[in-house]
Amino acid sequence: MEIDLRGYECPMPVVKAMKAIEKNPGMAISLLVDKESSCDDIARMAQKRHYSCKTEKTEDGFKITLTPLKIE
Amino acid sequence: MNLKAFFLSKKSLIIGAGLVFGVLAALMVNWGNPANMGICAACFIRDIAGALGLHRTATVQYIRPEIIGFVLGAFITALSFREFRARGGSSPIIRFLLGAFVMVGALVFMGCPIRMLLRLAGGDLNGLPALGGLIVGVLVGVFFLRRGFNLGRSQKLPAMAGWVMPAFMIGLLLFIIFKPGFIFASTSGPGSIFAPLAISLVVGLVVGFLVQRTRMCFVGGWRDLFLSRDTYLFSGIAAFFIAALITNYAAGNFGDAGIYHWGFDGQPLAMSDHLWNFLGMALVGLAVTLVGGCPLRQLTLTGEGDTDASVTVIGLFAGAALAQNFSAASSVKGVGAWGPTSVIVGLVFCLLIGFFMREKATAS
Repeated sequence: MEIDLRGYECPMPVVKAMKAIEKNPGMAISLLVDKESSCDDIARMAQKRHYSCKTEKTEDGFKITLTPLKIE
Repeated sequence: MNLKAFFLSKKSLIIGAGLVFGVLAALMVNWGNPANMGICAACFIRDIAGALGLHRTATVQYIRPEIIGFVLGAFITALSFREFRARGGSSPIIRFLLGAFVMVGALVFMGCPIRMLLRLAGGDLNGLPALGGLIVGVLVGVFFLRRGFNLGRSQKLPAMAGWVMPAFMIGLLLFIIFKPGFIFASTSGPGSIFAPLAISLVVGLVVGFLVQRTRMCFVGGWRDLFLSRDTYLFSGIAAFFIAALITNYAAGNFGDAGIYHWGFDGQPLAMSDHLWNFLGMALVGLAVTLVGGCPLRQLTLTGEGDTDASVTVIGLFAGAALAQNFSAASSVKGVGAWGPTSVIVGLVFCLLIGFFMREKATAS
């Protein structure tokens, strides 16, 4: 699933990313954001919830892919 | 994380920024600002509102260069790091009103979240009920955020829109330099007590730079702690408080020869009505959590081209004028006649928009 978070100001991107993780446990989630600071916030939140976080630059922002880590 | 990785991390940068800001904010008193008011975004905006004649409280009228520095420091930094982006259109009228109520709450307590920490770091224990109120307000705000509270998306705007607030600040700077007759200036009271222009402006610019780079926020730190257990922003404000406290001791501000002492009574530019200190700051904590950043953060966002933050800042100015004109602001004598009513109206307003401005109620 992909969620467009462009245009949202802090703290909305991290709030919405957190909700997406809670509603879709175990699923990979793609997020579109337009601020580098949102990438940092989401990466810290994802790390705490045991998700890997990959960030790619896009034409007008960033695409973040959150993937659940398998915990042994 | 090893030591080297920590010192290169963003967290170490915000801790460093908090330490520098804490030292400078405490020293601003030694350099000429009012006691326990080295830096206060709310009081300083109130003083500028007075200087522009928006209110007529003669003791709090002065164009504070620190505010100009916050905006221009963030503006120059955002341009240098290619982070200036003009944007706006996210519920401006709600942001204006939230800004006004943030100011009302702050002027009932007599300080923004920065000054609350500075007052505590200067021994003023009236900051404790205020801190309790701030935390309660933030917790209620976090409840609304989790429930789907949302002011909507902003849109990209032509760059010119983002230049308006920095241009306004340059205009204020020109007023300080050329002193036109229509600008009011206090001859007594806190508005007449200030550090030299160059020091105030440079400190403001440095703080604007630090806040733009780290996104330091004196309410966001608490918010993120409760919202996502994220300690990044909180580490900045904790460093700020520790640095201010140590600086006050090192500068000799405590003790018999100093200006500060620990306690509730006889504190500089403060009042000891614990209920309204608590509720005033609860309003600040709630309104700031809903609007997305403390007054200092809003000022620096205006420098990055965020016109929604500019509307919030204009709300702060309007709130200051209204609070002074309608006796809502507190003074050293106690709570203003209309202070309690204004705080209750503000809390009711915040609760209403918290409940009703939800994701499902908006098109986004």
